[in-house]
Amino acid sequence: MEIKVHGMGMSTCCARVLLCLEEKGLDYEVVPLDLTAGAHKQQPHLSLNPFGQIPAFEDGNVTLFESRAINRYLARKYEAAGTDLLRSGSLVESAVVDTWMEVEAHQFNGPIYKIIRQMIVNPIYGLPIVEEVVEAAAQNLGKVLDVYEERLGTHKYLAGENYTMADLNHIPYLVYMMRTDRAIIVNSRPRVKAWWEDISSRPATLKVIESMMPA
Amino acid sequence: MVVKVYGPVRAACPQRVIACLLEKWVEFEVVHVDLDSGEHKRSDFLLLQPFGQVPVIEDGDLRLFESRAIIRYYAAKYEDRGDNLLGRSLEERAMVDQWLEVEAHNFNDLVYNLVLQLVVFPRTGRHSDLAIVDSCERKLEKVLDVYEQRLSHSAYLAGDAFTLADLSHLPALRYLMDEAGMANLVRDRKSVSAWWDTISSRPSWKKLLQLL
Repeated sequence: MEIKVHGMGMSTCCARVLLCLEEKGLDYEVVPLDLTAGAHKQQPHLSLNPFGQIPAFEDGNVTLFESRAINRYLARKYEAAGTDLLRSGSLVESAVVDTWMEVEAHQFNGPIYKIIRQMIVNPIYGLPIVEEVVEAAAQNLGKVLDVYEERLGTHKYLAGENYTMADLNHIPYLVYMMRTDRAIIVNSRPRVKAWWEDISSRPATLKVIESMMPA
Repeated sequence: MVVKVYGPVRAACPQRVIACLLEKWVEFEVVHVDLDSGEHKRSDFLLLQPFGQVPVIEDGDLRLFESRAIIRYYAAKYEDRGDNLLGRSLEERAMVDQWLEVEAHNFNDLVYNLVLQLVVFPRTGRHSDLAIVDSCERKLEKVLDVYEQRLSHSAYLAGDAFTLADLSHLPALRYLMDEAGMANLVRDRKSVSAWWDTISSRPSWKKLLQLL
């Protein structure tokens, strides 16, 4: 297989790349890595990602890491296939996609990561859930989604009238959060809720959700 | 049309944008936003930037926020003016994107926390949490070890040419070295140190320093 994603289906950052691959209708292979055994902190993985993180990505001779960078590469290389995720035909449209991709990375990712870390990752490692941390992160995420609620009142998707990478990059953490009682942060905001129902029911998304949560 | 950059010139994220505008010879004016008095959280500013952060740019009818999105826009709009900052081939662009993400996710938060603890808190009368300082410093050492390895066989982060991936590091590195007193983190690493000397001596960055 030409395209390889080193990581695991349930990892949010791997899922981000798989979402892009599915939107583009590409064939790929997930090369599993045992994080509980620390395989990501050892060779040969460190030669693919020197920071010891997942995913790492191979497409023929091209080796990359950082999920959002991998997604940009895929969207450019396979621009004509499947969904146009970067809107690169228009300088201004692509700048708006970039803006909301940065909002995801810098406003949204921080608080939702804390919620998932506490509520889902900690129990896996036998660590307690610190309610105050969850609550503070939930408050912050709520403020961010208040801005989304307003944005989605005038735009169907974050970057405009089309589904783009700006929406896609949000999906992995939301998949997990929507299965906790903190789903209310989304469900209490009608436009954010409708947006989530839309983007989470795309065929590509449904397929990746399956690999995030094997039966 | 002169581009308006909202933000204090002293803040790192506006500096990222200004450095890019200077690289591309784009005329701009800085509209000062007083962070100390909370001007960025006032309703008139929230109309420009709903998250209450700097910078924002206005360029004719176009308004953008998020510094890394703004620098991508100007690097693309003026791709052939001055140095190409985005990479030319698909593979070059991917390397620029990759190292921009490294800057945003592995580097920036650590420096931000160090500057907050060692520069901002003392200025506002709060005590620094030395445990946080110590933890961030250790993590940053490891990140810069990876940079050292990379820069020992590559002149710049994304390859043989200066790009947005390098430019995006300039403001935080200056804070770390000049204001937080942690220049040793850079100077103790031969290739990182040489890279800093190269990128910080670019005419665009020297011009930016004159604005401070």
